[in-house]
Amino acid sequence: MDEVKDPEIPVLSLNDLGVITGIDIEKSGRVVVNMTPTFAGCPAMDVMKSDVEDVLKKNGIENFFVNLSFETQWNSNMISEQGRAALKKFGLAPPPKHNLIVDIDLIEHAKCPNCDSENTEMKTPFGPALCRSIHYCHDCQQAFEQFKPL
Amino acid sequence: MNTEALKELLYKIADDQLILGHRNSEWTGFGPLLEEDIAFSSMAQDKVGQSWQFYKILNELGESDPDTVAFMRNADQFHNCQFVELPNGEYDFSLIRHFLFDTAELIRFTMLADSTYEPISQLAKKIRGEVKYHTMHANIWIKQLGSATPESIQRLQDSLNQAMPYALGIFEPSPFEDDLISSGTFVGEKALESEWKKQIKEIIDQTELDLPDMDSLTPAFGGRSGNHTEHLQPLLDEMSEVFRVDPTADW
Repeated sequence: MDEVKDPEIPVLSLNDLGVITGIDIEKSGRVVVNMTPTFAGCPAMDVMKSDVEDVLKKNGIENFFVNLSFETQWNSNMISEQGRAALKKFGLAPPPKHNLIVDIDLIEHAKCPNCDSENTEMKTPFGPALCRSIHYCHDCQQAFEQFKPL
Repeated sequence: MNTEALKELLYKIADDQLILGHRNSEWTGFGPLLEEDIAFSSMAQDKVGQSWQFYKILNELGESDPDTVAFMRNADQFHNCQFVELPNGEYDFSLIRHFLFDTAELIRFTMLADSTYEPISQLAKKIRGEVKYHTMHANIWIKQLGSATPESIQRLQDSLNQAMPYALGIFEPSPFEDDLISSGTFVGEKALESEWKKQIKEIIDQTELDLPDMDSLTPAFGGRSGNHTEHLQPLLDEMSEVFRVDPTADW
């Protein structure tokens, strides 16, 4: 699953994104990969699912089932440390860790991924993809995006 | 659990999301600011995606597949409240509807997160976090424009007065209200409405706007049982135009 990347953020593997919630090998030998969507309306989920299927096939696994469900609900705390570092390097501020209560204070105070300044301002909670918000850094005077805390 | 009651609940939620999602998408390319264009387009994507997830649960209960259900029904088969089908009007009306509807929606999903029906509670737990962004967006603008210039206040006030009977129509009781409550599936429209009144008042009280006297208004009911305004069918015709050219096409 490390080989499969988020199609919209190609530096982030599905393991690091936290959407792979479990892999079971049944007695019959069938491999079941459990996945959970980041956003209910994320158009990349179907692509991710078929990418997972391709990687399983490429690795010689023929008997498999990719189960996309909401049994475990994804939240942005599930992005790994390695994933957070990859996001920052990609130029996207990683989502702040939270206690599952996302409020305006949390989303307003993003740390600039370019210069680490906290002197930033949220421009809009909606960006070019459902999972991104748009911010502006007053120190390096650059607009940047944040992977939204959810 | 009474399956008919469950289906009624799922259909009204899914249809509300789909129709308001479509209305939001009509702002794409026309928003008053680029950020607002993106905001309404993003909320459209969220809402249509959420409706799809609810149609998938309906599909598991024996209804047709989500595309067929979304694109092949006529207006009298839709269970959305009339509020969501009204035309966007000017930005002030869209903003007021966004605020009034999405506040109710966030409360509904928060309540449904405790539903005894597992597929609904799992999905509601997921969606409430997404919808939180919608209400944050609405609250910011209502607070700003509701206290800005005489024109912005007047426009929002007029839209608020016009929208309110329709907003009350969100809470049209289901014929299965008692079943849903006693089975623990949903706490019911009355409980939702009373929490909603509290929350919208909290925001409106921070502005120069006045809440209309809700007790003197007649709610615009009928949508839940397929009685719609003249605005829904043209919306459906446009939304399903491409799909209906060849319903069997593989996308």
